[in-house]
Amino acid sequence: MHHVVLERWSRGASVLHTLDARAKLASLLIFLVAVSTTAPASQAAFAAYALLLAAALFASRLPVAGILGRAALVLPFSATFALITWWSGDPMRALSLAEKSFLSGLAVLITMATTPLVQLMGALDSARVPRPLLLVIQFLYRYLFVISEQAQHMRLAARCRQGAGSHGKARFHAAAGAVGVLFARSWERADGIYRAMLARGFTGRFPELLPARFRWRDAVFLCACTTALLAVRLGLAEFHR
Amino acid sequence: MTRVIDVRGLRYRYPDGTQALDGVDFHLDRGECVALFGANGSGKTTFALHLNGLLYGEGSVEVCGMRVDAGSAAKVLADVRAKVGLVFQDSDEQLFLPTVLEDVAFGPANLGLAPAPAAERARDVLRQVGMGGAVDRAPYHLSSGENRRVALAGVLAMQPEVLVLDEPTTSLDPPDQRDLTALLRHLPQAKLLVTHDVEFAGALATRAVFFERGRVAGEGTVEEIVTHFRWSRRAD
Repeated sequence: MHHVVLERWSRGASVLHTLDARAKLASLLIFLVAVSTTAPASQAAFAAYALLLAAALFASRLPVAGILGRAALVLPFSATFALITWWSGDPMRALSLAEKSFLSGLAVLITMATTPLVQLMGALDSARVPRPLLLVIQFLYRYLFVISEQAQHMRLAARCRQGAGSHGKARFHAAAGAVGVLFARSWERADGIYRAMLARGFTGRFPELLPARFRWRDAVFLCACTTALLAVRLGLAEFHR
Repeated sequence: MTRVIDVRGLRYRYPDGTQALDGVDFHLDRGECVALFGANGSGKTTFALHLNGLLYGEGSVEVCGMRVDAGSAAKVLADVRAKVGLVFQDSDEQLFLPTVLEDVAFGPANLGLAPAPAAERARDVLRQVGMGGAVDRAPYHLSSGENRRVALAGVLAMQPEVLVLDEPTTSLDPPDQRDLTALLRHLPQAKLLVTHDVEFAGALATRAVFFERGRVAGEGTVEEIVTHFRWSRRAD
């Protein structure tokens, strides 16, 4: 099923996959700050950021086309703002808007695709992110899969019963009804999952089977990322004004 | 014999007003295997959820001497959930973690076991149910029979004293049903089989209870109950 792709990617065995989630999250944060504060005119800096991400993507051994395609999903949103900026007479800023959103999306996606959710949550927990917020994220993540799975089943069932004459208004009517049913079914399924979790002693905290250990290689990775990003940010890019 | 489950006068009404349980008296002794029959909507699953402290009604529910009600302390509730292993009808609801090992270790980890012993216990139980080679597989890639075994392993890993299985043979093919029967026969826990499957119940249960409109309408051997309530696929 489509919804398990990210989950499957995050279970890889590359160098990047085996790094501590805290090192990856800290590097991601520095990357996002560096990219967002880079001046629109610093195209050399954006190229350097892209090169760094290309190296990470190569090290992660993730499918390049799949990752780039999914990262590009942010483009329709940022392109809207970029177009408005272009029309207002600032093409360089418009270009940088699209670049920043794509690079940021790509960096987040590479981090997510190389770190199982449980480890990511462990890292956020150790950074003292409030636990209720972490629980909401984890349930949202799980339940999104539930909704996606239900939607796929319903779509398949609908296609099986779709006659050649069904189109236009009839199809819209069916889709509107399906959304309501999808909500009710997903609610029921999510309730069932939560009940099954309670039955096995769930107390509000997801246990981590492989507790994180911050090793030398994680420290080296974090230092290398920080140095490279600082070099690009301070050496190639002007401060954003 | 030691009583592991003792239920008296249990009543439960859903928020929409449906009276699901209407004065149920039931008991289960250590090592006993009881089949619970009844039409759809007769309150079987609602009853099973009460045994694990997932629902609370009026009346009394005792699990291994511990009273389960809305006022139960969190510690008592945790102990009850460790004693009663509830295997849900839909295994997909139970298996939600990315790998089989993580899912089976979820229960023991919640009981407070450190990660390494929890994983070790999960491996042992997976071997016990014949799924030792599936530790790294994703639950959504398993067949129905494998799914059911892993769901059972997830509960066995908590080392319960009672197993409550809700429609365990649903969506299993005959060989998988046979394997599940053989597996359950060798487990020492007391068992409550909530099922429509007469053949499966007959192979395991020494006693049967029939639910009708939220009440116990009859009790006896599987054969007696099937005959009395004409609970069989045959038209005669």
